[in-house]
Amino acid sequence: MENIISDETIEYVGILAKLELSEEERERAKKDMGEMLDYIDKLNELDVSGVAPMSHVFPVSNVFREDVPSDEDGSSMTLANAPLQRNGGFEVPKTII
Amino acid sequence: MDLMSLTAAELGRKIKAKEVSVTEAVTAALEAIEKREGMVHSFVTVDKEGALLAAKEVQRKIDDGTLRGPLAGVPAAVKDNMCTEGLLTTCSSKILSNFMPTYTATAVQNLKEAGMVVIGKTNMDEFAMGSTTETSAYGVTRNPWNTEHVPGGSSGGSCAAVAAEECSLALGSDTGGSIRQPSSFCGVTGLKPTYGTVSRYGLIAYGSSLDQIGPVAKDVTDCAALLEAVASYDNKDSTSIWRESYQFTEALVDDVKGLKIGIPRDYFGEGLDTEVKEAVLAAAKALEEKGAIVEEFDLGLVEYAIPAYYIIACAEASSNLARFDGVKYGYRTKDYEGLHNMYKKSRSEGFGAEVKRRIMLGSFVLSSGYYDAYYLRALRTKALIKQEFDKAFAKYDVILGPAAPTTAPKIGQSLGDPIKMYLGDIYTISVNLAGLPGISLPCGTDRAGLPIGLQLIGDCFKENNIIRAAYAYERTRTYEHSPVAM
Repeated sequence: MENIISDETIEYVGILAKLELSEEERERAKKDMGEMLDYIDKLNELDVSGVAPMSHVFPVSNVFREDVPSDEDGSSMTLANAPLQRNGGFEVPKTII
Repeated sequence: MDLMSLTAAELGRKIKAKEVSVTEAVTAALEAIEKREGMVHSFVTVDKEGALLAAKEVQRKIDDGTLRGPLAGVPAAVKDNMCTEGLLTTCSSKILSNFMPTYTATAVQNLKEAGMVVIGKTNMDEFAMGSTTETSAYGVTRNPWNTEHVPGGSSGGSCAAVAAEECSLALGSDTGGSIRQPSSFCGVTGLKPTYGTVSRYGLIAYGSSLDQIGPVAKDVTDCAALLEAVASYDNKDSTSIWRESYQFTEALVDDVKGLKIGIPRDYFGEGLDTEVKEAVLAAAKALEEKGAIVEEFDLGLVEYAIPAYYIIACAEASSNLARFDGVKYGYRTKDYEGLHNMYKKSRSEGFGAEVKRRIMLGSFVLSSGYYDAYYLRALRTKALIKQEFDKAFAKYDVILGPAAPTTAPKIGQSLGDPIKMYLGDIYTISVNLAGLPGISLPCGTDRAGLPIGLQLIGDCFKENNIIRAAYAYERTRTYEHSPVAM
């Protein structure tokens, strides 16, 4: 394997991805990601200099419309699936300590 | 008469002619589900009550002339990543085990407005990430042709349900082959439309720049009719494309004289099963005998599509799946200390292994220091792949090849080696990168009796070329019912 994924890298990716891995999952993830990157590195064979990155296949740009409200108050629907709610809002753990 | 052995169009005609009531059609589907679910497990949720209620409403609208479409009254299934108001939508994930949408996806809404009755939500790989429907949190779906084999994925439930004749047709979604590959494995017909043709509003996103909803059915006629029903410009989807025409059924013509078909040599090399190869080339021969002009060509860059796809799809997935945080909907962990711990624990307990693997890879390729080397390079590769297809479509109307390199593998053989599993998507993935339409339809079975799929790829907005070629080829065959449906 050419791409060796360190403990620090997996730790960092875990922070970015907001995932907490068990020891076993962590070792598996290191191996999987290393193998995947080895495979993906195949793209380095291609000369892509001067090629613009294509995020969308069609030449579409931003789609604008007038900001006219078309919905009624949807707050109860928005909250309908909340794991916890209070006073018409989502309830989350204390964020400012 | 077994109503479920009919095609959707045939059943629709009988309903229209009042030979069959909508309730009878829906009841037939529900009875088939009761009988066959134990063998295939195509569904996460069966909405018996809702379907029977909807059947009465649809019947009333047919009787008073409000509903006149060819598919009115036909029982349909919907992949469980499309939101259905008041009907559980899980994406086959634990993290959405209790998610009850408060609105309906545009494609499903269109399907209902055409008079089809939603009988349930079909099983899939968790968040559409997988090629076997084995990563579902709600158990594996089995292939109706041989229940020891996978149905393919990620729309394995939709394809198995159609093949097992538990519904007349179904909606699937395709990000890297997720309609075409399971259609191939299950001996049914599935079409991935040009990107932007069917609204993604209400489709739970995986790789937004690649995802498209499309039809799964027994034959090309049903596929074209279902696509015609669900495709629409939608201002709720900013990537929706307004098209001049949505008349896909007008391409159902048994005439391919002069149609130029290109066969990429690169699709017939190493890794392709001999029986698949022979069946696909025999299909090309059949089209040639009907007057199509068939020749081989070099497509180029084929081996770069999979690595580019996994970078782009995982990058988009890592961003799209950030919304599952235990705050707004879905699963929240029981015990936690503070906000970040709650996020991490809810996500870690809620997502399965394959989803975590892709979110992590996506987070990595988007992270500072790697973004240019991986993500931007993949987007540049995508541009080159699109150019290769542009060159091909300057010469050909249709590109013909296999949908998958093999027939359906056995259950339990794929997940251990992810890269090997990803390689199985080699013929389907580039179609998503280039935004093209593609259809998979049966072209035979292997010695083990498992179906083989023929893939036809068209240029952007040229669904009608592939529908016409598929229809003409289909006329040379008869539909084979899966053993489970017999």
